[in-house]
Amino acid sequence: MKMNKSPWVLHYDGSSCNGCDIEVLASLTPRYDLERFGIINTGDPKHADVFLITGGINFQNRMVVQQLYSQMPDPKVVVAVGICACDGGIFKDCYNILGGVDKVIPVDVYVPGCAARPESIIDGVVKALDLLEKKKERMKQGLPPEEKGWAIANIKDGKALAAQEARIAAQLAAEDAAKAAKYKALEEEWKNEQ
Amino acid sequence: MIVRIIIGFLAVFAAPFIGGILSGLDRMIGARMQRRQGPPLLQPFYDFYKLTKKRANIMNGLQIFLVIGHLMFVALSIWIVYTGEDLLLAVFSLTLAEMLFCLVAFSASAPYSNMSAQRELLQMACAEPMLLLMAIGFYMANGSFKVMDILHASEPAILKTPGMFAGFLVILVIELRKSPFDVSTSHHAHQEMVKGITTDIAGSVMAYVEVAEWCELFLMATFTGMFFICSNPFSFLAAAAAAGLVLFLMTLVDNTFPRVRWERMLWMSWGATFIFAGVNLLVLTLTR
Repeated sequence: MKMNKSPWVLHYDGSSCNGCDIEVLASLTPRYDLERFGIINTGDPKHADVFLITGGINFQNRMVVQQLYSQMPDPKVVVAVGICACDGGIFKDCYNILGGVDKVIPVDVYVPGCAARPESIIDGVVKALDLLEKKKERMKQGLPPEEKGWAIANIKDGKALAAQEARIAAQLAAEDAAKAAKYKALEEEWKNEQ
Repeated sequence: MIVRIIIGFLAVFAAPFIGGILSGLDRMIGARMQRRQGPPLLQPFYDFYKLTKKRANIMNGLQIFLVIGHLMFVALSIWIVYTGEDLLLAVFSLTLAEMLFCLVAFSASAPYSNMSAQRELLQMACAEPMLLLMAIGFYMANGSFKVMDILHASEPAILKTPGMFAGFLVILVIELRKSPFDVSTSHHAHQEMVKGITTDIAGSVMAYVEVAEWCELFLMATFTGMFFICSNPFSFLAAAAAAGLVLFLMTLVDNTFPRVRWERMLWMSWGATFIFAGVNLLVLTLTR
């Protein structure tokens, strides 16, 4: 018996335009019927085997995605659905977008398309299932499920992470400064009234 | 006596297999009702196998203990029924199992887990009176709580307790977590609690919960059949047919009705209990 006969999917919408999300839900409808492969769309990361993620990663959902990933019990696979999840897509150069999902968690299968079609989503998930089996085998041998020691700190010798952190820190500092200036202005206005 | 104990153990070991197949049938027929192909019949077993291979992320030491306790007490309930012992004891054992399951959800600090545990308690409040009244109905019909005496009765209990059966059908929806009353947890993705009471049960611990659920399904099918059983050997066929029909009805109800709010669940289940079972009990008491 193989583990890949019952993959439970966790679907998370990063910052997508909902195009891919509609297609993910469409693949659960009677027309495409994902459940014939035993696939269930579960809402709970602790039950999920496949992390289906649409949309790019931005400052706000970075932590959410990492936490969802860490809550899923091993072995697990990540499928990035749509071009935004693959590398940021049309939003790539936006001020708040960090890029594709692989900027924060290891991605196993990339499903391109804008929006990704249900057929290609199903194909991507089915491809991911073979990887699930491989990871199980690795776990059986006492190895870590991921092949490389994947960590966000290892991408581009840590420069990528440092750049991200610097950008986030700068943005937060700018926000704080703007808020402080606003309150100071209000305070002075209040003093003048008195 | 020794034969009865062996039959009890055989039933306990067979329960997960029969319950799993019933659960697979439920999913398959439910999918066909939605005009889908649906999963294969053995899908619950594939799910079980996968869950056993997952790493268990256990919240605290209490959780795994309580989950296994839940499974054990459901199994004990089945054992009590199939050894022909006291039906009331089986109902109490089932209640204790449910209680332990609530504690599993309460033991985690996650808010969704706690909220659905409270809802589970509410579901118990809705279902337990009827389960107890069902046991009392069997007593009134046969003069004994023993399952063995129900088996040796000259006529099936349903002739004297049709109201109990009607009330039991209503709370069966709660016990099997089917759609109008799947307040605490659901098999489908339309739950606002996400996965309800099992939110914090991860990986291989979830496999025990699945087995317990199949056992519970088997036990509920048994309770349904007990209404139709008597000393006539053909009544076993009638009981099996009735259980099958009732489970089909549950699948149909699951796929037909939307969820209700907890107030309405309380109102409907207690209403059904007091009207159907209460009137039945009154008539039985007066004609005794």
